[in-house]
Parts: sequence; C-alpha cells; structure tokens
Amino acid sequence: MSVIYILIVISIVVAIVFLVAFIKAVKGGQYDDDYTPSVRMLFDDELVKNKSNKLIQTEKQKSI
Amino acid sequence: MVTTNCFHCGNEINKKDEVVFDEKKFCCTGCKTVYEIFSQNDLTCYYDFQASPGATPQDINGKYEFLDDEKIIDKLLEFQEDTTHIVSLYIPHIHCSSCIWILENLQKLKEGIGTSQVNFPEKKVRITFNSEQTSLKEIVYLLSSIGYEPYISLENFDEGKKKVDRSLIYKIGIAFFCFGNIMLLSFPEYFEVEEFWINQYRGFFRWLIFALALPSFIYSASGYYVSAWKSIKSGLLNIDIPIALGIVVMFLRSTVDIIFDFGQGFFDSMTGLIFFMLLGKLFQQKTYDFLSFERDYKSYFPIAITKLLPNGEEIAVQVYDIEKGDRLLIRNQELIPVDGILISEKASIDYSFVTGEAVPIEKKSGDKLYAGGKQQGKVIEMEVLFSVSQSYLTQLWSNDVFQKKVNQHHKTITDKISRYFTPALLALAFLSFFYWIFIDTATAFNVFTAILIVACPCALALTAPFTLGNVLRIMGNRKFYLKNALVVEQLAQVDTLVFDKTGTITTNKKTAIVYEGETLTSNELQLLKNTLRGSNHPLSRRLYDFLPEFERMNVDEFEEVIGKGIFAKFDTNDVKLGSSSFVKNLNESTHKKTKVHVEINGIYKGSYVFNNQYRKGLEQLFESLAKEYDLVVLSGDNDGERAILTKMLPSKTTLVFNQKPEQKLAYIEQLQQKGKNVMMIGDGLNDAGALAQSNVGLSISENVNVFSPACDGIMDASQFDKIGFFMKYSKNAMKTIYMSFGLSILYNIVGLSYAVTGNLSPLVAAIIMPLSTITIVSFVTIMSNYYARNKK
Repeated sequence: MSVIYILIVISIVVAIVFLVAFIKAVKGGQYDDDYTPSVRMLFDDELVKNKSNKLIQTEKQKSI
Repeated sequence: MVTTNCFHCGNEINKKDEVVFDEKKFCCTGCKTVYEIFSQNDLTCYYDFQASPGATPQDINGKYEFLDDEKIIDKLLEFQEDTTHIVSLYIPHIHCSSCIWILENLQKLKEGIGTSQVNFPEKKVRITFNSEQTSLKEIVYLLSSIGYEPYISLENFDEGKKKVDRSLIYKIGIAFFCFGNIMLLSFPEYFEVEEFWINQYRGFFRWLIFALALPSFIYSASGYYVSAWKSIKSGLLNIDIPIALGIVVMFLRSTVDIIFDFGQGFFDSMTGLIFFMLLGKLFQQKTYDFLSFERDYKSYFPIAITKLLPNGEEIAVQVYDIEKGDRLLIRNQELIPVDGILISEKASIDYSFVTGEAVPIEKKSGDKLYAGGKQQGKVIEMEVLFSVSQSYLTQLWSNDVFQKKVNQHHKTITDKISRYFTPALLALAFLSFFYWIFIDTATAFNVFTAILIVACPCALALTAPFTLGNVLRIMGNRKFYLKNALVVEQLAQVDTLVFDKTGTITTNKKTAIVYEGETLTSNELQLLKNTLRGSNHPLSRRLYDFLPEFERMNVDEFEEVIGKGIFAKFDTNDVKLGSSSFVKNLNESTHKKTKVHVEINGIYKGSYVFNNQYRKGLEQLFESLAKEYDLVVLSGDNDGERAILTKMLPSKTTLVFNQKPEQKLAYIEQLQQKGKNVMMIGDGLNDAGALAQSNVGLSISENVNVFSPACDGIMDASQFDKIGFFMKYSKNAMKTIYMSFGLSILYNIVGLSYAVTGNLSPLVAAIIMPLSTITIVSFVTIMSNYYARNKK
C-alpha cells in the first residue's frame, strides 16, 4: 500500500503542471480575447480553397 | 421606388447612382472599388460570411498627412525594432466575421504586412509590418480605401502601455487547483472513519491537505483580508469582515484539529468557499471593451493638424504644439482642435459634437470658432487664439466639477445588510461560547469556531454579484451598457429623471418637413425635385426623399455653392434653393429653425422647415414613467418648442429651457440637495457636467462606438422607448436579491443550529456550503432571466 505515497505525489505533480500551464497561458494573453479565435478557426478552409481555385496572384503569394 | 440594396455596404441604392459591376449592384463607385480590390485579390470570400458587410470608403484626402512625421509614428507604434514595426489600430467598423477575415488577410493586399490579428471585443487590429516595404501611412490609406478607416485620436498619443490586471484569474486558477485536489483527498475520510488503511495514512493525507490549502489561504483569499482591514480602519462594517473572519477561523481551527488529531478540519469547505466567492467576483466583472465610460475630449481630437507656414508651406503639426497666432488649415469633416478666428470667407461648422445639434452653423470671416466643431465643405483657414489646453471646451472638460466623482457615497445593498449581519453573528458566537464554557471548555471553543465557519456569509456575499452580473449581461444584450454592476443598484433607487432635449428626446436622423409659404404647383415641385437630384447635401437628400416622384428633366445648368445652396437652370425656368442669405440675401439666425428657402424664376416662394422629430414612443414612455418618477426636460435651446412639448408630455413634467452646461449641472445639484436621486439622460458634451453630477448618468448614442461623454451607462438610441422597462427591471433585480437573502438566511439558520449545538462535523459543512452556493446562484440566475422575459 505504500505505493499510495508515490501515486498521490505523481497526481499532485501532474495537477501542478496543468496549473502552471494555465497560469502561463493567462500571462501570455491567451484569455484576453475570448471571441475572435472562435471565429478565426473557421476561416482557414476558405483560404485554401481560394488559392487552389484561382492562381492569378502567384507573384504576390511568393513574396509573402 | 424599387429598393435594391448595395452588394457591398447594404445601403439602399439610389437609381441615379447605381453602378453595376460583375453583375452586382453597388450604391456608389466607392463601394464598387472596394469590391474590385477584393475580387482582384481573390478575397471575395469576404461577402460569404455575411451579406453586405462593408462600409463605403470615405474621402480621406490629406487627413493622414501627419503620419509622415517620425515623432508621431513613434508614439503610435506599439513595438519597433529594425524594420519590424507593430501597430494597434482601433477600427470602429469591425462588426462581423467578414471584418475579421478581411483584416486578417491584409497581407494579400499589401506587400510588407507580415501578420494582422483582430481583437473583436476591442475592435482593434494589430498589424506587424516591415517598415522598408511599407509605412504606417500606407497601411492607414489601404484600410481606409477598403472601408475600414482607423480611428486615430489624441488619446492614442498620450496612451502609455496599458497594464492588464489578470490577478483575479490567477487567484481563481490557484483556488480551483487547491479546492479540487483537497476535495479528492478528503473524500476517504468522509465515509469510513475507523477503517484500518485510512487510519494508517490519515496523517499523510491531512498534512498534504494542509499544504494544499496554504496557497489558497495566503494568495487567493488575500483580497478579502485587505478589504476587511480597510473597512475596519474606516469604521464601516462591510461584508468582507465576516468573510475574512470566517476564512481565518476556519484555517486556524482546522490546523489545530490536525495538529492535535481531533479531526480532518474544514480545509475542503474553506478552499471551496474561496473559489466560489472569487468566481462571483469574476462574474460581476463584465466589461465592454469596445466602449469607454471615461472618455474625455482627447478621444475625439485629432492627433495632428495642418499648419500653414508664413511662406505658404503646409506642414502637419502635433495638436499640443499649436501656439497662439498659428494659421491652421481645416479640411472637410476635420475637427477644430482649438479656439480661433476664421480667416476664410465662409465656414459651416457642425457643432453636433458639443451640442448635439446636427444642423451646421454658418460663420463668416472674423467670427470666433470654438474647438469641437467640424468643418463641412471647403477647406478653411483659421488663426489660433488659444492653445489646446486653454480652449473653451477643453477647459470645460478639465474643470473639476465636470469629472465624474468616483465614489458617490453609495452603500451597496450587501454592505447595508452586513451592517446588521456582522454584529448579530458575533453576538451569537459569543453568547454560545459563554453558554458552553460552563458545561465544557473544549466544546465551547468548538461551537464558537463552528458558528463563525458555518455562518461565513458565502451565500450572502454571492447573491449580489451573481444577480447584478447577470442583469448587466442581459441589459448589454439589449444594447444598454452599464459601467459596472453597482449602477444597477443605483438605477433602482432613482426617483427623478432628467432628460436633455436635443439629441436625447429628439432624433437627428429623421426630420419632419413642413412647407411654409405660397403653395407650389406640381410643375414647380417637379422643378424642385430635379434640382435636388444633383445635390448631395444632407438637407437636399432629405427634401428629395420627401417630395413626390416626378419625371426627369434635363438640367441645363447646375451649380452648388457649398454651405449655401443650389442654383439650377432648366429650359425656361431657373430655381434657387438654399439658406436665407443665398436666396433672399437676408441674414437670419440659423439657430432657431432649419429652413430651405425656395425661389423660382426670381420669385420667392417659401421655405421648407425641418422640425426636430421626437423619438418614437416618447409620449408613451413619459406617460408610463410619470406614474413613478418626477420628470424634467432640461434643454440648452430656446423655448420655441415649449408649446409642442407641453401638449405631448404629461402635465407634471417640468420644462426648463436656455440652460448652459454649468446651469444644467447646478440644476441637478439643486435637485439632489432636495434629497432626490437623479438620473440624467443626455447625449452631447454639453450634458457632460450634468451626467457627472447626477447619481446615474446615462448617455444616449445613435452609434455607441462613436461618441459619448463620461457616464455610468451608454444606451443605444434605438432602445430609448424601453427606458421604462430597464428601470423596472433594475427594481426587480433588487427584489431578487432580497428574496435570495431570505433563502441564504434560511441556510444559515440550518447551519447554525448544527453549530450552536456543537454538532458541526466537517462533512455537514462540506455539504451545506456548496449546496447553499449552488441554490443561491441558480435561484438568482433564473429569477433575473424570468424578469427579463416578463415584458418585451
């Protein structure tokens, strides 16, 4: 049963890792804007479709 | 008229201006150009997310010349190293997902732009660009050309790096971490108290729990200790005293319990309590990032203005560097930043920013111009009389009386209750202590601490934040934005409503038009209609829409004199339309009424009078409000409208006219001295003082992003007729709070009955506390939503 010491310590350490990750994310400003990312994540598909459909803008795209 | 809407901006298309391109209809070439730019760059997806999301690009000729100035650019940039520059721009037009999409794809439109990121709630875009390939000015021009003109004001110039306070989030994170882990670790002890394995590891579990409780006790709850200490020092008993007391007692008693092996202690309840209370704080902290309640003139003033050097050269000069005697050039739609004297022959100044009056006022050479006006029409030249800080308007703003007082000595409902709660609680604790001390000393200490623990007014302290926070959100969804939750309480106590007239109970948008003078024949009306067709002046457009449809006629000659009127020549007739000085060569005060005079073939016919139109639902609103509130209309205008207002509004409404800004303020003050709780509803800068003085200052705005003086709440003008509902709703919110106080007292009675008899086990505490929290929170949320649905 003494293994419980190890198990509990491991579980607390894992919890601390998540706590630190959360605090880092907040510090980095990830929670400052909680609306835009939800819209942004829906965009990427359209962009890809556009590029493959028409290839007029090749020059500009290269420069980017 | 068949109405089609512009593919780009969604405005109604005027048949005359219709532009068809790519099988799509546009209301003007501006909109078409934006579409062209997008379609050339494969960005037409813009129109897929939302139908007609765009805005017509405005003419910005010369407006951003100051962005060539290194010093100004330095101030605006957020970050700068080598060639990498980052700038954050506020763009009021951001309103839908299309906007986010197009602004985040700016790099497709311009070389040199690295990335751009939109912050939707703040309506800001953050652009990283390479200063060798492009410049800030080019970016601003690009944004303007696609209808997303950034708003750069004097405020940006002074702005330092804003520090975001995220400590509440950290505290909640840590509190939750401690709470969750402690709950898990305490679980075994809840059930099998005398089991072999549990007894074996009890010490380890308990000390681990103790260690986990420390961060929550020391860091997360620190705000309560500070607040309780401050409140004791100032002699007020606020709700934080019993909270802090409860937490400290809980911690000490639990520690003693563990050390002497009396039991497992109350660490689980303590950390849970801290977590829930912090959550309440977060919930109450709803802010509207895109609104500002503390604005001053700086947010409206331009950052730089064109100065005319003696040798005729034009340079951009920072507004603070303007000195007396300088000559300035003010372009169309530019704001006059300082008081001065008009040098050019004519100017037509729109003072809507200061007074709320939309009709421009005409000025002649030599007239004094006050800061805050906007020039309409041609470029004008002026000589500076005072620098920015000494101008009339800015002085008015910086006047102490006009600053919103932070503390209005308002006692929150929770603090009021806790004034009784705290002494009663302490009395009960000591009474029980003395009762038990004669029976058993150990139990006496147990009972004493148990009372303080269980009565810790968790439910009491959570009621107001959750109710008010929810009310704030519901009101925000209905376009009524309050500065903070406290305002809801103040709103419920208001007994006198003071309305400003122009711009508040009247609207600038729609104007009823009445014709005065000789009756016009249909032939003459046709001439008028055709004359107006070519003019873009707002009054012409309104009059054009007002006149009935006629066949088109060819205009032989057409001339529009900016700020004066129109002259048109047809086959045999000629028409003159415009201001009195233009038509009749008479000077008439433009203050009183807005008129367009008509002259056909040299004969004066009459004039079209544009009346102020009162807002929709005004009469009903006043009627319903009059039953419960004292109503006052406070106007800066002359009493020309007195007769109409007396007829329209309930008889007990007080009407006061000819009030200067300072007088409005004094009037409010006088009402307050009579013991009234005053809410001021206004719009313009002229109300700023009154808004600050009143208990609740509410600003009505046609466009909430654009203008509002410092106030407690901003209301979208379309919601004006619902003021009555909001007032009632705030009262219902207070009722909800009282009901929920009743509930939480019930819980306290149950909890205390355990505590007084000395039977409070950690398990009972661990059940009662979260249970009471959850019932209270769900009760107030359901009630406040129910009241919101009740009406409209």
